[in-house]
Amino acid sequence: MKKTIITVVGRDGVGIIAKICTYLANNNINIEDISQTITGGFFNMMMITDMNQSQKNIGDISDELAQIGEEIGVVIKCQREEIFDSMHRI
Amino acid sequence: MININEVSETNEMIEKENLDVRTITMGISLLDCIDSDNEKVKKNIYDKIYNYAANLVKTGKEIEKEFGIPIVNKRISVTPISLIGAASCKTTSDFVDLALVLDNVAKDVGVNFIGGYSALVSKGMTPAEELLIKSIPEALSKTDRVCSSINLGSTKTGINMDAVKLMGEIIKETAEKTKESDSLGCAKLVVFCNAPDDNPFMAGAFHGVTEADCIINVGVSGPGVVKTALEKVRGENFEVLCETIKKTAFKVTRVGQLVAKEASERLNVPFGIVDLSLAPTPAIGDSVADILCEIGLEYAGAPGTTAALALLNDQVKKGGVMASSYVGGLSGAFIPVSEDQGMINAVEAGALTLEKLEAMTCVCSVGLDMIAIPGDTRATTISGIIADELAIGMVNQKTTAVRIIPVVGKDVGDTVEFGGLLGHAPIMPVNMFSCDAFINRGGRIPAPIHSFKN
Repeated sequence: MKKTIITVVGRDGVGIIAKICTYLANNNINIEDISQTITGGFFNMMMITDMNQSQKNIGDISDELAQIGEEIGVVIKCQREEIFDSMHRI
Repeated sequence: MININEVSETNEMIEKENLDVRTITMGISLLDCIDSDNEKVKKNIYDKIYNYAANLVKTGKEIEKEFGIPIVNKRISVTPISLIGAASCKTTSDFVDLALVLDNVAKDVGVNFIGGYSALVSKGMTPAEELLIKSIPEALSKTDRVCSSINLGSTKTGINMDAVKLMGEIIKETAEKTKESDSLGCAKLVVFCNAPDDNPFMAGAFHGVTEADCIINVGVSGPGVVKTALEKVRGENFEVLCETIKKTAFKVTRVGQLVAKEASERLNVPFGIVDLSLAPTPAIGDSVADILCEIGLEYAGAPGTTAALALLNDQVKKGGVMASSYVGGLSGAFIPVSEDQGMINAVEAGALTLEKLEAMTCVCSVGLDMIAIPGDTRATTISGIIADELAIGMVNQKTTAVRIIPVVGKDVGDTVEFGGLLGHAPIMPVNMFSCDAFINRGGRIPAPIHSFKN
């Protein structure tokens, strides 16, 4: 099962997670883990998600999440988990 | 499970430190395109390359998007054209026709370079190979994306000095034929000693005859990542320095391996090798010279440069080899001048000379690379520079190369602008004492004693 990592980086504000989670729910994407830190008003969040039930492919989801990020003033990236696994796990 | 710090580290490498996969290069054998009729050869070449590579760029872009890692170049290398055209090309213009086909198919599939307008003449030249070499100036002036490479020597065969002499003249002629664009043709022409069959990097990529019908080779990069990692260990001893480079090289190469495997699977083409080279670009923060400075030099070229480069090159290999199932190509640090802002700064400050660059090539891949010299440099002087560089490769059993640009109409003090990844460069002075009598002897230099291992 392919996992996808969504990262959100930017200034903290009201409703960031709500907006992203609504999008994920609407697209049948399950969130398996969330972690976040806020340092100096700077918001840094990571989600591990399962997109296997989604109708859309990861490329489109990536574009749409980036678009949402622009609207709310944060940078949202959506990448397959393998790139992090390959770099940090032997 | 992956944690937020690891994710942040990877993404910072990509966003702030220029981590990327420098190239996915599809190697395609054209041996089955050979025919006695050049028109058929042209059609065969176009069709075969198009069939294999039609989806290369699209697949590369999909991988970029899904993994969030830039793949800067998608390229093609083919069997040396001197072999493919040997039966059908009777004149230099027949070979130029094949170059035009390569250029067209490269444009049609959307790759930015196609390599393999090549000949392997380390011991002797066939008439076809000589014809191809003589066609290079015209071929490179009439095409945009074709790259040419000539192997002039090897540890096993010695150095073909007749071909070395000829290439000095061909480089001059190529510069003259492309003088309107600052002799850009020479940036697409490289001569080798011990050329590898599976190099993914241009201008020297060709698909060797030892290779399968079609393969995917990947070149990684990441000088900026190494530089940033070293900033955190300033003042520490060599053990810490070397361990840091090794660990960083491991991480960078793992990304290359992942992309290579993914591309190979999606294109249904076997994975060949990952090339571990640290390849700089003119972008700020993407410089091998800056790593040398971070190691402790005021400029690249200062005393200590060769030692610093030697340890850098060795640690990159030690970290990289563990990270990939198959390593090949050139695998080492590249030290081009025009493509590395730190190198350009060093030349402008007077810290780096052609002779120091030659010394540096003894301990790294590949050779004298992207060096602009005065346009009035004599052909025999260029041949002499080539012979020196090839001798280093021959004796040290490593690949060495020369990509040198005698820029027509320019002299020391001028600057030349090639644009894009090829960058810009100050014209470097060349030792002007004559080597005419040496180059004009003719024949070949025998293989060195340590090549006789049987």
